[in-house]
Amino acid sequence: MQELVIEPGRTEKNYWGDLWRYRELFYILAWRDISVRYKQTAIGVAWAVLRPFLAMLVFTVVFGRIAKMPSNGIPYPILVFAAMLPWQFFANSLAEASQSLVLNSNLISKVYFPRLIVPAGAVITSLVDFLISAALLVLLMVWFQFMPDWRVLTLPVFTLLAFLAALGPGLLLTALTVKFRDFRYVVPFIVQFGLFISPVGFSSDVIPDQWRLVYSLNPIVGVIDGFRWAICRGAAGIYVPGFALSMTTITLFLVLGIWYFRKTEKSFADVI
Amino acid sequence: MSDTIISVEGLGKRYALNHKNGDGERYTTLRDVIARRVSAPVRWLHARRGAPNATLVNGSSIPALHSITRNSRSQEDFWALRDVSFEIKQGDAVGIIGRNGAGKSTLLKILSRITEPTKGRIRIRGRVASLLEVGTGFHPELTGRENIFLNGSILGMSRTEIKKKFDEIVAFAETEKFLDTPVKRYSSGMYVRLAFAVAAHLEPEILIVDEVLAVGDAAFQKKCLGKLQDVAAKEARTVLFVSHNLDSILRLCDRVLWLDAGSLRAIGRPAGIVQAYNQQWSNDSRVILLSERQRPNWVRQKAIVEEVSCLAEEGTGWSYPFGSPLEFACTLLVRSRISTLLMAYAVFTPSGFEIASTRAPCEFPAPYFEPGRYKVRVSIPYLRLAPGNYSLNLGVVSELGHEDFVTEVAVFEVPPNERSADHFADTIRAACIPEVRFTVEQLEETISVLPEGVK
Repeated sequence: MQELVIEPGRTEKNYWGDLWRYRELFYILAWRDISVRYKQTAIGVAWAVLRPFLAMLVFTVVFGRIAKMPSNGIPYPILVFAAMLPWQFFANSLAEASQSLVLNSNLISKVYFPRLIVPAGAVITSLVDFLISAALLVLLMVWFQFMPDWRVLTLPVFTLLAFLAALGPGLLLTALTVKFRDFRYVVPFIVQFGLFISPVGFSSDVIPDQWRLVYSLNPIVGVIDGFRWAICRGAAGIYVPGFALSMTTITLFLVLGIWYFRKTEKSFADVI
Repeated sequence: MSDTIISVEGLGKRYALNHKNGDGERYTTLRDVIARRVSAPVRWLHARRGAPNATLVNGSSIPALHSITRNSRSQEDFWALRDVSFEIKQGDAVGIIGRNGAGKSTLLKILSRITEPTKGRIRIRGRVASLLEVGTGFHPELTGRENIFLNGSILGMSRTEIKKKFDEIVAFAETEKFLDTPVKRYSSGMYVRLAFAVAAHLEPEILIVDEVLAVGDAAFQKKCLGKLQDVAAKEARTVLFVSHNLDSILRLCDRVLWLDAGSLRAIGRPAGIVQAYNQQWSNDSRVILLSERQRPNWVRQKAIVEEVSCLAEEGTGWSYPFGSPLEFACTLLVRSRISTLLMAYAVFTPSGFEIASTRAPCEFPAPYFEPGRYKVRVSIPYLRLAPGNYSLNLGVVSELGHEDFVTEVAVFEVPPNERSADHFADTIRAACIPEVRFTVEQLEETISVLPEGVK
C-alpha cells in the first residue's frame, strides 16, 4: 500500500506519476469542454471553420492583393492558411488556458488532482479546433490544385512544437491569472498584438536579414516557418539560426511555465 | 505493522487575511500589490503608533455583526488549525464535530490535498476520495449520463469502474427516466440524488465526507446514511465524516474528533464526546460572565458587556419556551464618558446561519453615560424562533467606534410546547415562525361550480 506524506513545502515525488494516473480526468475534462463549447449555438462547429477562413480572406486581400507581398509562386491563401493554422492554435490555447483554472475554480477548491491537467486540457481543446481547420486547409489545397511534397509528413513534429510553444506561456499565464486577475485583460492584448508581429499574413522572408534573428525571438516565428516549410513544398524556407533561437525561447518558456505553475499550484485553492 | 491509516502530527494551517477586501474576494490585483508596496512605509508608521485598523472577526469565520468597518488594508494571520495531532485506524468511522469556524473544513481540505498545511506532517496509507460538495464539476449542459462519467472521474474513479457501477448508480439515484436530459432541467432534489449516488459508489480506502447530507429530502438522507454505514462497517473502509447532525454522528461513527477554534479538544468514543459537546451548548447558569472572554483587537473596550443573564419567566437555564419573548439583561461597564451607545445582537442557528440581528440606540434619560456600571434590559418580543438551539452574539458601538464584540455570548434553547405543536412548528423547516392571522369572510352564499355559459 502506498504511503502518502503531506508536509508544507513538500514537492511530491510522484507528481508526474499522479499526472499519469489522472489521465482519464484529463481526457474527460477536454471532452467536456469540447462537447459543451458549441451547445446553444446556431451554427455550432461551423465557427471553428468560419473564424480562420474569414481571417485568411482578410489577410489574403490586404497582404496579397493590396500590399502585393511576395509568395514564391505559392497561392497566397495557402501561404496565409499554413500560418493561420498554428497561429490560431497558439492564440486559442493561450486564451483558453489562462482562463481555465478560474473557470474551474469550483473543482480546484473541492477536489485534489494535479492542477496541470486543467490548462493542459484547455490546450488539447484548442487542438480539436486546429484539426477542424486543418481539414479546411486540405479543401483549399484541392481547390487550388496544390500538391504538397514529402515535407508535409514532418507536420506532426511541428504540431507538437506548436503544442509546446503554447503550453509554456499558457501555464505561466494560467498561474498568474489565478493570483492577478489583471492577466485576463493582458491575454487578449498579447493575442491581438502577436498576430501582427508574427509572420501570419506574410512570409518571414520579407523581414530584412539583419533583423531576422531578432525577429525569431518570438517563439511562434519558428513554429510558423516550420508549418510553411512543411506545407508549401519548402518554398518559404526555414531560417536555421532563427529557428534554433525560437526553439530556445520555447524551451525557456516551457521550463519557466512549469516551474512557476508547480511553485504556486499548492496555494491555488486558497487564493482562487 | 500497525493498522494506523492516517497519522497527523502537529498540523497547523495559517491564512493571511486581507482585510481590505473584507469578505469574499481573496485574489489580488496587480494594482493592489503595487499600491501596497508603495504605501508600506506609511502603514509601518501607523502600526508603530498603534492605529487599531484590523477587522479580524475573533479568529473564526462566524459572520460578524454587520457593522464592522472596512477601511484597513492590513494583513493579519489567522490560524485555522493549530497543533492538531491524532491517529486514525483502518476501518474506523470517525465523526468530526465543532462549531462553525472550528477548522473542520480546513482539516478535510488538507487531508484531501486540496490545500497545503503550514506546519506539521500527515501520513496517509491508501487511496483517499473526498466528497466536500455534492456534484462537484457537474456541468448543467451535459446529460445525467455524461455527468455521471464526468463527476466519477473527478472523484477519482476510472472509466471501467464507472461503467461497471453505472446501473447501480442510476438505480440508487432513482433518475432512470432522465438520464439523457441535461441536468440543468433537473429538479434540485434529482440533482442532489444523482450527485450523491456517484459519490456513494466510490471505493477508496479512505472516504472523506463533508456536510453533504444537509441537502436532499429526509428519505434520501436516510438512504445515504445507510450507504455510508455500509461502507464503513461491511467493507472495512475508513470514513471521515463532518456533520452538524449529532444524531447521524452517533449512529454512524465509532470515534469522534472534536475541534474547537482550530485545536483538537477531544477524541474518543462518540457518546461521551457528543454529550460533552452538547453540554457546552446548554448553559446551566442563568448568568454568564463575559469579562474574561476573548475580544477581537479592533474593539476599543471603553464600554464592555461584563455579564448577561437570562430573563425568561419559566424554565431553568437559557431556555425560552416557544412563543415567549426573548429577554435578557446585560451589565455594561463604561470606562469613559460616552454620549451615544448603540447595542447590537445577532442570533445564529448551530450551523452558523444568521437568523436575526438588529442594532439600535440604548434608551437612557441623561445626555451622557458617565463611567460606571449600567444594566441594559434587552427585549425582543416578536421573534418567534422555531424549537431548537441558537447562539447569540453581542456588540456595543459608541460615537467613537466599536466598543465591544463577543461571539457566542450564550447558547439558548427554545423547547417545544403546546403552542409550537399548535403551529406545527416541529414539522416546519423555517427558523422563524411568525404569528399569522388568516381572516376569512364569506362573499356569496351560493356559487356556481360551472363556468358561465355551460349548462
